[in-house]
Order: sequence, then structure tokens, then C-alpha cells
Amino acid sequence: MTTELEDGPILTADDKPLSVALRKALFRQKMRALMLIAPLLLFVLITFVWPIIGMLFRSVDNSVVPETLPKTVAAMESWSPTGPTDTPPEAVYAAFAADMQVAADERTHTVVGGRLNYETPGIASKFRQLGREVKGWDLENDGPFKEKLIAEDEAWGELFIWETIKTYSGGYTTGYYASSVDRRLTSEGVVARDADEAIYLRLFWRTILMSLIITCMCALLGYPIAWMLSNTLDRYANLLLILVLLPFWTSLLVRTSAWKVLLQEQGVINSTLESIGIIDSPLPLMYNQFGTIVAMTHILLPFMILPMYSVMKTIPPSYLRAAKSLGANDITAFRRVYFPQSVPGIGAGAILTFILSIGYYITPEIVGGSTGIFISNRIAYNISSTLNWGLAAALGGMLLIMVMVLYWIYDRVVGIDNVKLG
Amino acid sequence: MALPPYASTGQKFWHYSFRMLCAVIFFFLVAPIFAIIPLSFSGGEYFTYTEEMLTFSDGAYSLKHYEDALTNPEWTTAVWNSFRIAIPATMIAVTLGTLAAMGLSQSHVPGRRAIMAILISPMIVPLIISALGMFFFYSQLGNFLEDTVGLSQGLVEYIKVVLAHSVLGVPFVIITVTATLVGFDRSLTRAAASMGAGPVRTFFKVQMPLILPGVISGALFAFITSFDEVVVITIIGSQKVQTLPWQMFVGLREQISLTILAVATMMVILSILLLATLELLRRRNERIRGLTPG
Repeated sequence: MTTELEDGPILTADDKPLSVALRKALFRQKMRALMLIAPLLLFVLITFVWPIIGMLFRSVDNSVVPETLPKTVAAMESWSPTGPTDTPPEAVYAAFAADMQVAADERTHTVVGGRLNYETPGIASKFRQLGREVKGWDLENDGPFKEKLIAEDEAWGELFIWETIKTYSGGYTTGYYASSVDRRLTSEGVVARDADEAIYLRLFWRTILMSLIITCMCALLGYPIAWMLSNTLDRYANLLLILVLLPFWTSLLVRTSAWKVLLQEQGVINSTLESIGIIDSPLPLMYNQFGTIVAMTHILLPFMILPMYSVMKTIPPSYLRAAKSLGANDITAFRRVYFPQSVPGIGAGAILTFILSIGYYITPEIVGGSTGIFISNRIAYNISSTLNWGLAAALGGMLLIMVMVLYWIYDRVVGIDNVKLG
Repeated sequence: MALPPYASTGQKFWHYSFRMLCAVIFFFLVAPIFAIIPLSFSGGEYFTYTEEMLTFSDGAYSLKHYEDALTNPEWTTAVWNSFRIAIPATMIAVTLGTLAAMGLSQSHVPGRRAIMAILISPMIVPLIISALGMFFFYSQLGNFLEDTVGLSQGLVEYIKVVLAHSVLGVPFVIITVTATLVGFDRSLTRAAASMGAGPVRTFFKVQMPLILPGVISGALFAFITSFDEVVVITIIGSQKVQTLPWQMFVGLREQISLTILAVATMMVILSILLLATLELLRRRNERIRGLTPG
């Protein structure tokens, strides 16, 4: 019960101002909600968001160079090459010999050599060789080290190693990102890589282009199905929906193996076409872009149909009848009345399909060969084969930015609350 | 979509050709999955249909690939690993996810949109990026658990992949459970409270039975996510936790044996069972809410 006073605030039964009591109740309610959310939010933040931030940190981290070669980095600060033969002064060589001796003891000289080798191939072996020799040197009396190093290997008398060390002497670097767009950091700034090492920009474009093609294929194939599902009697629609949901629920690996069976050189499609005499020799259906596009269209099609269907279900069929009764023919009625209302469904499905497609890995890996692979495959290659984790992280960072922009658009257009499954 | 009796020839033509088109697309959706089933019974060793298979000669078909799938320790260990990873991962995702979904569906949640965006993100971020991030994170965590806490290497491997898989299953639980909670009549919990039930009792006796279909379908999604996941596990895990999809992935890359297709066929049957379960749940959900089943 509330009591109203002449000119005071409204009070609750226990004589507290109503506004205060309400605020308290609301606060309690908010806290209760947050307490329920907190465990999961913490779990996701710690085991998912934090690792991804860590990955982004790795994509710019270069601490191995200044930590392993601290004296060299300090000595190099005042040096910058003025010409192609301007090697650093003796002080730099002496500092480098001292750093290398410590590093060779701790066996970190190969780590820094490997790091610099990503930027200038060939450096790793020089570091490895020098690491073996430098252990026996007497740093006090064996100088001058410039001559000594050059006597070890002429490469130490050339500029490129020193320039690389100089360029990558900071604790942070944009070098990995430069590599991920086929550029290279040098002392003169950012330059393009040679055409034979420039693979990533092309791969990014290919990933985007193929994802667009896959999305368009899904939209073209999905629209008639979604239309059919939403304009049939519920009984039949539910049965037909099972045909859409079955591939959705079937393991990705199963579907990919199915495409391998169908598309390979002696596969079902080629042997059928050959036996009816349409073709003489097998068509190259797999290990190329065609294979990736077909298999991924099949795999992602349910993700397009389901959002379209949930939008089209809400369009009353009477609208089309009304348009026709007002004199529109079938095509006009569809184009001006039905289609505009189904656009949100196409948008939702298309963004979802595109987001899923752009980061795909398994299917391109198996049916894509060398021309049909995506950027994800190259990231995996850098993680497990070249072990250039910084570059993998930078490529991942670029891909992540693209996906996040799309995710943001998806949230604006569709709203993440409205994602529906099955 | 019945054709009206006054339809013109053109309309009839369009109607039937549209149906044909839809039939072709449905065929495209379903046929590849069933194309592998006969081949899994092949008596040969190759991924292709042979002359003998098409003419049903003696020995063209056999169950030997199934025998291999069910007895070869490589495959049976993989199946066991898949289950022992997917089940706890699902339980973690469902428990935390259901609680959070209940919190999120209350009327005043500060920063609801941002929280949702974070909780859904494991589904959106490409798996290879999640895998790379987790690779660094879990190798540090793994070293910590082994060296400082002193757990055995095998156990640490297992904990790593279970945690990684549970976070990947979270978005699906959130989506399905919040969807069920949208239609939840809040006066029911108040009614329960007015009759003296505490929050815990209210949850188990009133809310839980009503949101159960959402929870179960979320659990199925989380389970299948883990059961089907191969990108993250190949990067953060080792041979000790090799799962069924991992084994298939390796096999597909190297095309070793038709056992893959026998396993695939069994997995298709599993997904048909899952689908049937979901369909029953959906009908139950509609019945409880007083909607007529389709």
C-alpha cells in the first residue's frame, strides 16, 4: 500500500520513498541477472576473448630481437647506413659478438636467427654457424670483431643482415602485417615484395571473391526452396524441411567426403558422364576452385535457407493475392510486393553464409587443391609447417577484422538476438 | 501452393517447372550424403564405384569396411575420444549457458547487447583464428598445469580440448535457450513464488520443464559442435586426443581406406536420429505452448 502525502514523495508501506524502493528493487534485479551471466561471461572472456587478444599481441610482438641482442640494439641506435657498402662501426660488431656469446650459451641465437630469417631468408644459417664459433672467443682480447666476423663469413661484411637487425630492433613491429599484405619493411620504408613471394593479397582477394560466389550460389538455390517451404501446407513443409536439416545436421567431414567421392577423377559424376558418352576424358572437378565452390555451396546452403524461411514464413500470402486482384501480373506482384518483403531474409542469410565461408578451412583443404584454398589454409600452413606464428597471427588479425566488420553489420541488420537455429 | 483451376498455360508451365527446379535443388542437398552409403559396402579398396558393383557381381559388396571401423583400434579409440571429449564439453556449455540465458532474458540487463555479442562470438570467429589464439593460450596453461600443479600430460591434454570445445558450444546453447525463454510466461514464476516455492524449487519445478526443449536442442548443438570439430583440436591437441573427425580428416587427405565411408554412413544414421529427436522436441514444445503441431 502506498500513502500519498500533501507535498512529500510517495512512500511505500514501510515509509520509504517509492522511488528509492523501486531503484533498489531494480538494482537487485540487475545484480541477479548479472550474477547468472557472470560465470559464462568470465569463462568466454578467459578462454576465448583473451586468447584472441593474445594472438593479436603476437602479431606485433618482436621482443625476441631486443631481448636477445640488447647491446647490439643499443649500439646500433646511432648508426644508419648511408650507402650500400656502409657497414656498422666496430662498436656494433663488438656488441654483437658479446650478445651472441650470451645467446649461444642460452641457445637462443637460433631463435633470433629464425625470427630474422622470416624477413631475410638465409640469416638463420649465419646465426647458427656464428653461434658455434663465438663460444670460444675472448671478448676482451680477440678484437677487432669486425674483421673476425667477416673472416668467419663474408656475409657479415654485407649490409643486409645489419639492416634487417636494425629494422627489427624494436620490441614491436608492423613487419608481420606488412608481410601479410605482401610488403616488406626495410630501412627505406615499406616496399613491395617480389612477385614470386607475393601470395597473400591474391589469396585474400580469392577468398573474398570465392566467398561471394558461394554466397550468391546459396542465395540463388536457397530462395526457391525457402519460397516453396513457406508457401506449402505446414504438413508438407515440415517434411521438406527435414531434407534441408539433414545435411545441416550431418557431419561436415561426412559431407566433404561425399564430395570427394562425387567429384574426383574416377568419381561418380565423371564416370556417369563418361558412361553415357558426354565426355571422353574425366573433367577436373576437384582440386580446383570449382570443387571448393560446389562443395561449400552444398555445405552452407542450409545456413541460407533457414533464415530466409523464417522471414518468408511471416509474409502473408494474401498480399500476393491482393496485388494480383489489383491488376498486377505474376511477375510484377512478385517483384514489387513479395520480393521486397523477403529481402531481410536474404540479407540475414547472405551475411551469415559469407561470414562462415570466408573463414572456412576443412573443405578447401580437402577438395581445393592448390588453386581452391582459402586464407585459412595458409594460416594453418604457417602454424604447422613454417612455424611463422607471428605471420599466422597477422593473417589471422586481418581475417578477424573482416569478420568483425561483417559481424557488426549483421548485428545492425539482423540483430544477434534473432539468430535462429533449426 | 496449389494451382488455381483458372491458371493459364503459361502459369501451369511455370508452376511445374518451378517444382522441378525445387526438386533438383533438394536432390543437390540430399543426394551427395546418400551417394556414399552404397560405396561403404564395397568389396574393393577404392573410392570409386566399380563395374562389379553396378552389376551386383559376387564379392562386389561386403561388410569388411564396417568390420574394420568397429574393430580397428585406431577407429575405436577415436570414437571413444570423441565421446569422452564431447560429453563433458556439452555439460559445461549447457550448465553455464542455461544460467546465462536466464540472466540475459530478464528485463533489465546492463550492456545486454555487448554481452550477447561476446557470448555469440565463438560461433562467428573463424575456427582457424580461435584455434590460433587458443594454441598460444593453452600451451601456456598446459605448461602451468603440468609443471606447477603437477598434473599428468594426458590429463592436461584432455582438459585443454574439453575447455576449448565447451566454449565453442556456448553460442548454440545461448541461442536456443534464449529463444525458448522469449515465449516464457513470467507470471508462472511469480505464481510459484506466491505459493511459497523458493527460487531453486521454482527453477526445477516450473521453469526447467518449460525450457527443457530449448536446453536439450542447445545440448545437441553443443554436442555435435564438439563431435564434429576438427580445426581447433588438430592445432591444440595431440595424438592422445585424436577424435573421429580428426581421424577422418587425416584419412581424407591421404585417402587411405574406405573405412572412412563406413564411419561416415554410421554418422549419417546418427544425424538422422538427432534430427528425429529435435523434431519430437519441437512438437512437444508446440503442444505445451498450446500451438497446434504442424
